[in-house]
Amino acid sequence: MRATVMQRKNWLYLPLLAMTIFYLIPLFIMLNTGFKSFAEIDLKTMWQLPREFSTDNFAAAYRALAPHLWNSVKLVIPAALISSALGSLNGYVLAKWKFPGADIIFPVILFGMFIPYQSILIPLVSFMDQIGLYGSLGGLILTHVIYGIPITTLTFRNYYATIPGELIEAAKIDGATMLGVYRHILLPISIPAFVVVLIWQFTAAWNDFLFAVVLTNNANWPITVALNNMAGSQIIAWNVQMAGSFLAALPTLLVYVLLGRYFLRGLMSGALKG
Amino acid sequence: MRLKSEKWLNILLVSPSIIAVLIFVYGFILWSVRVSLSQWKGLMPDYTWAGLQNYRDLFNDPRFHIDIRNTIIFTTLFVGGCLVIGIFLAILLDQGLRGETFFRNLFLFPMAISFIVTGVVWRWLMNPALGGRISGFNLLFDSLGLDFLINRWYTVPNWGMAAIALPAIWQMSGYTMALYLGGLRAIPESLREAARMDGANEWQIYTNIIFPLLRPITLSALIILGHISLKVFDLIVAVAGKQLPLDVPAIYMWQTTFDGNFYGRGAAIGILLLLSVAILVVPYIRYTTRTETEQ
Repeated sequence: MRATVMQRKNWLYLPLLAMTIFYLIPLFIMLNTGFKSFAEIDLKTMWQLPREFSTDNFAAAYRALAPHLWNSVKLVIPAALISSALGSLNGYVLAKWKFPGADIIFPVILFGMFIPYQSILIPLVSFMDQIGLYGSLGGLILTHVIYGIPITTLTFRNYYATIPGELIEAAKIDGATMLGVYRHILLPISIPAFVVVLIWQFTAAWNDFLFAVVLTNNANWPITVALNNMAGSQIIAWNVQMAGSFLAALPTLLVYVLLGRYFLRGLMSGALKG
Repeated sequence: MRLKSEKWLNILLVSPSIIAVLIFVYGFILWSVRVSLSQWKGLMPDYTWAGLQNYRDLFNDPRFHIDIRNTIIFTTLFVGGCLVIGIFLAILLDQGLRGETFFRNLFLFPMAISFIVTGVVWRWLMNPALGGRISGFNLLFDSLGLDFLINRWYTVPNWGMAAIALPAIWQMSGYTMALYLGGLRAIPESLREAARMDGANEWQIYTNIIFPLLRPITLSALIILGHISLKVFDLIVAVAGKQLPLDVPAIYMWQTTFDGNFYGRGAAIGILLLLSVAILVVPYIRYTTRTETEQ
C-alpha cells in the first residue's frame, strides 16, 4: 500500500528537478567560469566544465574588489547591530507597555519599510551634505539604521507579543522596573529574535545598491556599487565579473546556508504576519 | 507614582526611533513634495513655486510613457510568474516527498543574493548576441537543438522588459513558494479528510477548499511582489545599464536628478512612485494591524 503511494508520487520529482536546474544555473555559471584558467575563457565554451582547475579569476576579482568588500563589512556590522538594538527596545515598549497612541504609532512606523526610497532621496542627500556625512560610510550606516527601524521593530514586537503577560506582571510585583524586566526577563530569551533581525539587516545592508550609489563616493563604495561598475566597464573581462559576483554573494550565501532557518523567519516577518 | 514615571520612561525609550522615522520618512516625503512643486534644476537649490508643472510635464513626457508601459509589462510578468511558480512548488512540496527541506532551501537561496549579483550573472546568461558571437542561454539552446528558443532577450524591440522579469522571477519565486507553503501547512488535515469522506477527489479538494483558503496569502504575495516591482531599479541597472528601452520610473528619477540635476522633476517622479506604492500598501497595513487587534 505504502509502496504504491510512493511510486505514484515519484513522478513529482521531475518538475522538482527541472526547477532545481533553473535555480542552480546562475550559481553554476558563476563557479564554472570562476574556476577556469584565463586560457580557457571563451564565451563559446561557457557551458563546458573547466579542463584544469584554476583560481586566477577569483584572485583577479579579489584584487579589484577587496577594498569594497571591506567597506561592506565595515558598513554592515554597525548598521545591523544598532538597528537591531533599537528594534528590540521599540518592540518591547510597543508590545508590553502600551502607551496612549501606541496603536497609531505602530502602523505609522511600519509604512516606512514599504516606501520607495526615490521619494526621500533628494532630502536625504541634502541632509547628509549639510551634516557633513555625504560621501562617507558613516552617512550610509546612519541611513541603514534609520530605515531599518520599521522592520526590526516589527519583528521584535511580534516576538515579544508571544511572551505571556503574567511573566512580566509577576516580575513587576516582585519590584522589577520596566528596564529591569527587559534586562532580566526579555533580553535573555531574545536571542532567536536577535539572530533573525541581525541576519535580516546584514543581508539588506550588504545587498543594498540604491542608498550606496547616491550616498557614497568612489573610495567608500560598498561591494554592490563596485561590482556593478566592474560589470559596466569594457576593460574587465566577463570571467572576472563572474568570479566577482560570487565573491559579492558569498557572505550572504554563507549566512543563508548556516542559519537558513532564521533567515526564513526574517522573510516571513517581512510579510507582516509574525 | 512609579507607574507614571515609568510611562515617561517608555516614551523616552522609543521616542528617538519614532522621531527619526517621522523625520526621515514623513518629513523627507513632505520635503520631496515641496521640491516637486518647485523649479529647482541645477546644482543650487531653487524653491521658486512651480505648482504642478513638473507633474504636468511628466504626463506629457514620452520617456515617462515608456516607463509606465515598462512597469506594467514587468509587473504583470514578474508577479504572475512568481505566483504561478510559487503555488505550484508549494503544492509539490506539500505532498510529503522525501528531500522536501533540501528542495525548499534550494528554491529560496536566490533571496539571499543581491539584485546586482543576479543582474550581472543574468546579463551574460541572456547575452543578446546572435550568429558567430552567440553565448549564454542562446548557446545552450543551440547545442540542445532548441533553436526556436534563441532570441535577443532584453534587446527585443518594445518587449525587452519581459526578459528582465526572468531574473526577478528567479530571485523571488522561492519566496512566494515559502509564503504559500506556510499557508498550506496552516490548513488542518482534517478538512481534507472530511472532504475525501464526502467523496471529493483531489482536484475538487484543491479548487473548492484549499485555493479559497489560500486567498489571503495570494493577497499578501500580490502586495509584497507588486510593491517590489514598482520599485525595480538595481536589477535593470545591473543587466542593462541605463538604456531608454528598459527605462522605469526609478531609473528615470535617479538619472534626471543626479546626472541631469533636474531636481524638481526627479522629486515628482519619486512622489508618483510613492503614491502608487501607497495605494497598494496602506490598505494592507490597515487590514493586518486591525485584524491583529481584533484577535
